[in-house]
Amino acid sequence: MALGVKSRRVLARLLQAVPTIFGILVVCFLLTRALPGDPAAYFAGDMADEASIEQVRKNLGLDQPMPMQFVTYVGDLLQGDLGVAISTGQTVAQELAKRLPASLELTLAALLLSLVIAIPLGVLAATRPNSWVDHLCRFLVTAGVSLPTFFTGLALLYVFYYLLGWAPPPMGRLDMMFLAPETVTGFYTIDSLIAGDWALFKASLAQMALPVITLALFTLAPIARMTRAAMLQTLASDYVRTARAAGLSSRRVLIDYAFRNALLPVVTTLGMVFSFVLGANVLVEKVFAWPGIGSFAVEALVVSDYAAVQGFVLSMALLFVSLNLLIDLIYTLIDPRVSEEE
Amino acid sequence: MASSLATPEASTAAPAREGYWQHLRYIMAENPLTGISFAMFIGLIIMALFGPYLVPFDPVATGAGPALMPPSPAHWFGTDHLGRDVFSRVVVATRLDLMISVSAVALSFVFGSVIGSLSGYFGGWTDRIAGRLMDTIMAFPLFVLAMGIVAAAGNSVENIVYATAIINLPFYARMARAEVSIRRNAGFVQAARLSGNSELRVLFGHIFPNTLPPIMVQISLNMGWAILNAAGLSFIGLGVQPPTPEWGIMVAEGANFIISGEWWLVVFPGMALMLAVFTFNLIGDGLRDLVDPQRRT
Amino acid sequence: MNRRNFLKGATTLSVGASLIPLSQLLPSSALAASNETAVVVIGGTINSLDIHRSGTNRTSYQVAINCYDRLVSFGTKQMPDGSLSYDYDNVQPEMAESWEVNEDGTVMTFKIREGATFWDGKPVTAHDVKWSLDRAVSLGGFPTVQMKAGRLESTEQFKALDDRTFQITLPFASKLALPDLATPIPIIINSQVAKANATTEDPWATEYLHRNPAGSGAFKVSRWNAGEQLVYERNDNWACGPLPSYQRVILREVPAQSTRRALIERGSVTASQDIPNKDAKELAKKDGIKVVSTPIENCIYSLCTNVDFEPFKDKRVRQAIAWSIPYEKIFEQAAYSQGMPMWGGTDEVTSIDWPQKSPYELNLEKARELLAQTDYKDGFEVPLSFNLSVADWAEPTALLIQQGLAQIGITATIEKIPGANWRTIALVEKKLPLHLENFGGWLNTPDYYFFWAYIKGNLFNSYNYDNPEMTKLIEETLDMAVTDPAYTPNVKRMIEIAFEDIPRIPLWQPTLNVAFKEGVEGYEYWFHRQMDIRPLKPA
Repeated sequence: MALGVKSRRVLARLLQAVPTIFGILVVCFLLTRALPGDPAAYFAGDMADEASIEQVRKNLGLDQPMPMQFVTYVGDLLQGDLGVAISTGQTVAQELAKRLPASLELTLAALLLSLVIAIPLGVLAATRPNSWVDHLCRFLVTAGVSLPTFFTGLALLYVFYYLLGWAPPPMGRLDMMFLAPETVTGFYTIDSLIAGDWALFKASLAQMALPVITLALFTLAPIARMTRAAMLQTLASDYVRTARAAGLSSRRVLIDYAFRNALLPVVTTLGMVFSFVLGANVLVEKVFAWPGIGSFAVEALVVSDYAAVQGFVLSMALLFVSLNLLIDLIYTLIDPRVSEEE
Repeated sequence: MASSLATPEASTAAPAREGYWQHLRYIMAENPLTGISFAMFIGLIIMALFGPYLVPFDPVATGAGPALMPPSPAHWFGTDHLGRDVFSRVVVATRLDLMISVSAVALSFVFGSVIGSLSGYFGGWTDRIAGRLMDTIMAFPLFVLAMGIVAAAGNSVENIVYATAIINLPFYARMARAEVSIRRNAGFVQAARLSGNSELRVLFGHIFPNTLPPIMVQISLNMGWAILNAAGLSFIGLGVQPPTPEWGIMVAEGANFIISGEWWLVVFPGMALMLAVFTFNLIGDGLRDLVDPQRRT
Repeated sequence: MNRRNFLKGATTLSVGASLIPLSQLLPSSALAASNETAVVVIGGTINSLDIHRSGTNRTSYQVAINCYDRLVSFGTKQMPDGSLSYDYDNVQPEMAESWEVNEDGTVMTFKIREGATFWDGKPVTAHDVKWSLDRAVSLGGFPTVQMKAGRLESTEQFKALDDRTFQITLPFASKLALPDLATPIPIIINSQVAKANATTEDPWATEYLHRNPAGSGAFKVSRWNAGEQLVYERNDNWACGPLPSYQRVILREVPAQSTRRALIERGSVTASQDIPNKDAKELAKKDGIKVVSTPIENCIYSLCTNVDFEPFKDKRVRQAIAWSIPYEKIFEQAAYSQGMPMWGGTDEVTSIDWPQKSPYELNLEKARELLAQTDYKDGFEVPLSFNLSVADWAEPTALLIQQGLAQIGITATIEKIPGANWRTIALVEKKLPLHLENFGGWLNTPDYYFFWAYIKGNLFNSYNYDNPEMTKLIEETLDMAVTDPAYTPNVKRMIEIAFEDIPRIPLWQPTLNVAFKEGVEGYEYWFHRQMDIRPLKPA
């Protein structure tokens, strides 16, 4: 029965996503149209005359009235046609298929690194509030988040590539020596392992090191601080006090009672952090010439490349809707209060 | 600021005003970093208010000294590529940066937490509509949405503030919703309802104050993020218009000089930015301690 | 193993049957130093391999240059500093081994080079040339406009007399026709391959050629990862010139300018194309790096005063502005002294060299005096706009101009305009009152520059300047041979009017800066500002 309730919930949650996606389509369509500048004129080139601009406008379908453009857009979309990104000359679908894994690989690796460091730090700080450990943790993570990512990225690059020469040249996902592995997941690290190519794995890891550290530094703070805050709250709560009073070992209290409850806001934060990292990606990708989706979006936005911006946002939307769904599910699983209500 | 936020009677025994001061002193003593951060915050406010009258050079005048001079007694933080005095620019920028972050965060806090509390408390359609709205905003990578808004609306200070406020809205809404919804049937809420309080009064008088501690942490982080966001926009050319001094744009421009060795262009505004973000973050902790009903004795 | 075969040729060491990864044999710096492979970093992105396609950006033009041949090309000349440049006055054979022009200059007959083949081995014929030029004038957009500049407007002008003879008929003789054939646009495409991939909706095979070049040029594209890199592979059967020294050139897109600088300084790459002035100045002093800076022909960074804006209708206001600009300081701080000063010339126009110094310089007294004679003696407010994509020089320039104007009571507020809007607002709608502009003409004659910039309605006349005498002069002169006795006086008069009316205030002539690893030779400056990798020679 409980399963039935849960799967109904999942279904309802999926249905909820539909209006969101539609809202995203509308917002994004309007936003791209609100972008100043005339893409037709831009893409016709510097020397184009009026007639050739008109021609480009027609090719792009921009001579149609707005509602028509929207209908055409949604229609194309249903057929899986995302249009052509004029700024890069590729179809948007191709661009996304190629660039999304690049960005995700970076983002997930950074999140992973950050979680591994930040959660223990947060717990440690919460168990010894206001000790020097706590202050040191605060100091460190806050320092990480207090600098713009492009600055951190450039500074790391300056020290580890320019001065020390430890890091490989910041020229994208792989050194010029290598060719990309067979695409399975699109993550070069994983694909190279599947191919059993250690040298390639090391090479792609080396390229990732600096951008991942840059992003992880930026995300330490929200995760560590949220962990600490949530832990403090649960540690001070009645049930933890009761558990302590009942004579349970402090380790058990910490993990079974406090940490499990504290995870709730931490997981909620994770969704936000993910969103932040993808945003920060835009800047980091620019610094490290990473051919990801963020840099693609910036380029497209700057030249008012409608199809590209829309395709980008749509894929992001799907990504986030599924991510939020996932978080909601985890939320349901780890929150005792929610399951009791069922 | 702290006391005004904590006015609603959250705990059973409403403490007198002097109780707050006592509590404040207690927290300061317990957590020196918080004390320092409050002092730094006051320092920032003073810089924002009086900075423009105290600086040695006009922050926008080119040729205050030779271009690209390293720090010297005449120019403490050196000069930039147009011979402008970096020290003067860093100090004068405080006002604009504080304004951007405070107003952006205030906007998103007010609107976000009201939306979130209402949807968490009433559920149903309110929750659904608000939830979809927030999901829609959340579905954009934040920085990219901010870029889009600023690119579409034009890069002025107001638009940077609005863009920052909009992208932060869902954080407050979701957090307030989560915190309110787990408390809406709690014992103290039932009690408040039974004693004849109206729904809105129960929500904003009794439940909402309990959601403040986690939100405080969020505010403190957002203050910093707001400045960082403006800096990022500057890095891709969508920041404030030149020659207005602003830390973000100074760091963004200075970043191009790192490799060529003119470190002072990026380090000093970067330090200022970092100090400000630092201050906001530490203050968040202090505020949380101050308003957390469960930590108050 | 297969994947690495691609780079096998890159190594001078013998890999043999060894399975040791290349990365361990050959660090990337060694690769860059390798004599067979060059690595070039650029800031832009290649968005198409077909220059005729609508939407193809400037960076992509280099594919047309390196992978295709034209009928003719330009020769090489040595600049005063010893560096090399293309020579506008010396048209050389490329795919045409010879050509004849008839008596009245309206019929040009080209003989196609014997034995020249496309990459697939098919001989290059006059029919391919015909198809390719037809395509350039038919597709619309930039290629068609550029062809028109050389008086090449319709497919009827092109005839393939036989397999090796190609004829162009002009409506009237023009000195621009032959040079226009040497621009990157009139490339010769393998029409057989293209036609095989054309469809009824797409008769010119734009979709196919966008991704798959089909040419006869010195390099083939062996790999294109849009947004990342493009790899050129030498065509060993190239017939139109000496075999290039590099076997392979890897073109990497690195958007952040500081990252590009770090790469060239660390010796990780062979060349960095189009580096900022500041880097050019500083890198030139470093060991192991060679910087080549060439003044960009027929190009001037200018401040433009829109005559639709009320105060600028008065010529004296425009002149007052021209006298109030701190040129020297701008040249030092915005251009880092790279380029040629375009101020402080003589009062009288004595030569037709273009660009040349204007008679203006910083003279606030003169500026105030002129302004006092007008209705605007108390000053006025005006927005000063520039294109965000060129902020590296435009922003400091704008700030310094702003301060200069403040000295004579004019309040300028600075406005950055994003690249996508720039063209529409500045060049099409022409509604920016005061703005910075950087037009440069591909065809290197002063009258061509004036045609684009001083005739009302033309694209780079972003300031609505309209002077009947100027218009008439330009129209008369544009197609006139430079040897015509009327040519020199006409151009002189144009320059005089331009300086007197001064709607466009010249600041300086910019340079194109390219950084190389020490010892790399053969680089040549081209008007199209892209890297011609064919003549490059390793250290």
